[in-house]
Amino acid sequence: MSITITLLIQGLAFFAVAWLVMQFGWPLINKAIEERQAKIASGLAAADRGQKDLEDAQAKAQEIIKDARSRAQVLVDQAAKRSNELVEEAKNSAVSEGERLISAARAEIGAESTRVRAELRGQVAALAVKGAEQVLGREVNAQAHAALLDELAGQIAAG
Amino acid sequence: MASEVESAGPVDMTGYIKHHLTHLSSGDGFNAIHLDSVFFKLLIAAIFLITLLRVAGRATSGVPGKLQCAVEMVLEGIDGLVKDMFHGDRTFVTPLAITIFCMVFLMNFMDMIPVDLLPTIGESAGLEHLRVVPTADLSTTVGMALGVFLLIQYYGIKSKGIATFFGEFLTAPFHASGPVGKILCAFPNLLLRLIEEAVRPMSLSLRLFGNMYAGELIFILIACLTLGSTLGSWVPYVLGPIQFIAGFVWTGFHVLVITLQAFIFMMLTIVYLSMATEHH
Repeated sequence: MSITITLLIQGLAFFAVAWLVMQFGWPLINKAIEERQAKIASGLAAADRGQKDLEDAQAKAQEIIKDARSRAQVLVDQAAKRSNELVEEAKNSAVSEGERLISAARAEIGAESTRVRAELRGQVAALAVKGAEQVLGREVNAQAHAALLDELAGQIAAG
Repeated sequence: MASEVESAGPVDMTGYIKHHLTHLSSGDGFNAIHLDSVFFKLLIAAIFLITLLRVAGRATSGVPGKLQCAVEMVLEGIDGLVKDMFHGDRTFVTPLAITIFCMVFLMNFMDMIPVDLLPTIGESAGLEHLRVVPTADLSTTVGMALGVFLLIQYYGIKSKGIATFFGEFLTAPFHASGPVGKILCAFPNLLLRLIEEAVRPMSLSLRLFGNMYAGELIFILIACLTLGSTLGSWVPYVLGPIQFIAGFVWTGFHVLVITLQAFIFMMLTIVYLSMATEHH
């Protein structure tokens, strides 16, 4: 057997069918394949988008948490500062109040001692006059000896 | 006219057809090995495997290329069919179905190649006979059908256990209550079961073989229209177009036949396996 007309015509028939398949069959298959590729591509893209959205949301959440934390820190700092101030103020006012009370007490004590001293001085003067009367055996005329008595009283008070 | 007589008469059509239907074989009788069928089957298996391995090796989980896409579509389609029909572990059945479909389709596809082309090339390489369609060889189809037959038995035993499996030989399809009825039903049941089991590989192999053999034979008969003609005679001009149209129509029709036969072989295999795993 060698190359014959029969074989050539068989070849022609084969290529005619092949042409027909390429013309009408292959586009259908190709379309199905390309649709599938597009579907996979869009699916993958959607997955990527979802992944990116998730990452964005996580970053945003981190940002918000960080912000809230710093704001809370500020509040805590302010509160601490305020409490320190209050403590300081209270301390200061307590100290000044104490000082005031002490000075008031001192003043009162001073006044009292002055008053008691004056009273004592009067009593001592009266006592001295009485003693002098008894020593002299008669009444001392207060008017006549006022200058003397006053000088005496003044000596007692000073002494 | 002498030339007419020479071109139409003396060409040995019977010899041509016989030549085309003779295998390149070694050995005689039962020991004969059809070298051409074996060679082309191995060649097709190699093409199938290399293609699949390349696609698998380059497979991407991103947007697939067109070949990967086509392979995925075939694989997913067949897996879907198996899922619909076979209710069990598909790890072996799906690959089996894919292999059967692709191999039978590719072997059938050898019928599309102009029927004289490869034998002519083979002849110039010193091969006296060459049949290029492995599935038009009863040895190939029976071999595949026997493989399926053994798998059916294996799946039956695996899913039912030996006792139930062989018990069904005697208790199905006819059921009876009571010992007398059971004994009466045992023989018909056994007979039916043996026939059923024997018919499956026969129908599988003969259907495929018959279709492909007939297809090949019709290509050979179409080729006979201009057999041995020369350009000097009237034959190529009158019968040539007829041969072209007939060959064209039959090739186009045969595309459908080879696909359908591959599909039928695969589907029946799945159905038989699913029947084997279901309890009566």
